[in-house]
Amino acid sequence: MIENLTAAAYLAAGALFIFSLRWMSHPKTARRGVVAGVAGMTAAVGGTLLHPEIVGFEWIAIAVVIGTAIGVPLSRVALTAVPQRTAISHAFGGLAAGLVGTAKYILWLPEGELTGFRMGAISLEVLLGFLTFTGSLMAAGKLQEVIPTRPITYRGQNVINLGLLGVALLCGIGLVLDPTQWFLFPLLIGLSLAFGVLLIIPIGGADMPTVISLLNSYAGLAAVAMGYVLENKVLIIAGALDGASGLILSIIMCRAMNRSFSNVLFGAFGQVQGGPADAVERKPVKSATAQDVAELLELAREVVIVPGYGLAVAQAQHRAFELYEQLTKRGIRCRFAIHPVAGRMPGHMNVLLAEANVPYDALVEMDDINPDLGQVDVAIVVGANDVVNPAARHDKSSPIYGMPIIDVDKCKTVIANKRTMNPGFAGIDNELYTADNTLMLFGDAKAALGDVVKALSGESGLGH
Amino acid sequence: MHSVDFWSMTFVFMLAAFVGFDVIRNVSRLLHTPLMSLTNAISAIAVVGSIIIAGEQKTTLSTVLGTIAVAASVTNIVSGFLITDRMLKMFHQQGQKR
Repeated sequence: MIENLTAAAYLAAGALFIFSLRWMSHPKTARRGVVAGVAGMTAAVGGTLLHPEIVGFEWIAIAVVIGTAIGVPLSRVALTAVPQRTAISHAFGGLAAGLVGTAKYILWLPEGELTGFRMGAISLEVLLGFLTFTGSLMAAGKLQEVIPTRPITYRGQNVINLGLLGVALLCGIGLVLDPTQWFLFPLLIGLSLAFGVLLIIPIGGADMPTVISLLNSYAGLAAVAMGYVLENKVLIIAGALDGASGLILSIIMCRAMNRSFSNVLFGAFGQVQGGPADAVERKPVKSATAQDVAELLELAREVVIVPGYGLAVAQAQHRAFELYEQLTKRGIRCRFAIHPVAGRMPGHMNVLLAEANVPYDALVEMDDINPDLGQVDVAIVVGANDVVNPAARHDKSSPIYGMPIIDVDKCKTVIANKRTMNPGFAGIDNELYTADNTLMLFGDAKAALGDVVKALSGESGLGH
Repeated sequence: MHSVDFWSMTFVFMLAAFVGFDVIRNVSRLLHTPLMSLTNAISAIAVVGSIIIAGEQKTTLSTVLGTIAVAASVTNIVSGFLITDRMLKMFHQQGQKR
């Protein structure tokens, strides 16, 4: 009887999780998705608590209190810190999977219950779980900048990493053949933990969006492996959904940077630059004042703002919204062009701008806005660099060649805000700044946009 | 462990993966950050396995490992759902109050 109740609760949970993700297809229904997710989780946990094998609830209760005490503050972090929070939660997911796998090994070993199938599933669960754990902690450390964000490389790195993974897999195979070779188990755990660290240290800060997505996928697959170990289908369903989501997001991120998985994982991007770009003589740039920019905007009919992560670093999201408001008030069409890798994780820039009050219908994806850019009078580039660098289209020697970009150079006028003329994150020169239709607005993004807004609102007070 | 169970689990896995790819492909790109925190919370369903290990209290070591696993999963459930909702509340349309 109780078994059927539990099974029905799991079935309901599986269906609710699918609905939850379906409703994420549009901002209008998305919050309903959260409700469905919570309902599914409640059903699954409720069904589990009925389990007759549970003899005491005290440890479960303590763990729930601890988890809530950590979880609530983690949900209140600044939105710029959401990527770190996400990485930490991948780490927790991986840790839980690794620990459950370990506990199952310890329980089943003396009972002689370790069939080849179970041992194989446990080995995979432990490998994926623990490598996700340390890998995600490393990613969180890089995002929080407590660990150097530049790639750390050494000779023979890829050989060592793959060798380590190979040995870990051999440990797993050894355990499947003979589970009583217990010393292989701690070795497997140690190797998985070490592999997670070594996998992430050669990856640069610019690749973090892809890495977070990939770790998301690993965390999901670890949950699937746990489902196989516990013979629990709702775990397999939820893990598969999570794994699919992480994989799709990593593919989108890779495409947005025109890179392959192996290139992200083994390429150590953002380290060695240079070559012809350094040799090119710099053309002079034209600079403009906030007043000039305001006058230009007054005459425009269509304006596009291209934000990069630099906008968030300068805390200029609210100024960007004020500018949007000033322009919209005058009947000027103003939209934001969002590159898929603007920000530190997939979709990050949308969240940062939504927080600053920008309505979501003004946030337009790169592929949707590029065809319109020929008709745009003024493009304002703030805190973005490589994602608007025309060299990606034509300069085969450029490290970003082939990366899809927002074609702001096709707009009638480009205003580029930068602090100084130093090259951007990836250390690549940007010919956009010296183009004939580009004006540079130097200064901190927050102050510069603030001055433009002031100039605009001042004028409206005098004239119109 | 019958091999039938292995195959039925693999069937579930395959079907769920297809559903997952299909559903996630339709998620608005606007919402990819909240999506990740939502799937994070959902995959913390691992809590069901941890609860049984922490609750059946077979050995001290397994109970400790299970308890840590429950705490880690509950952290993901609580923070995942709360932050997803917090982010989604910020999305509003032109002319609409949030």
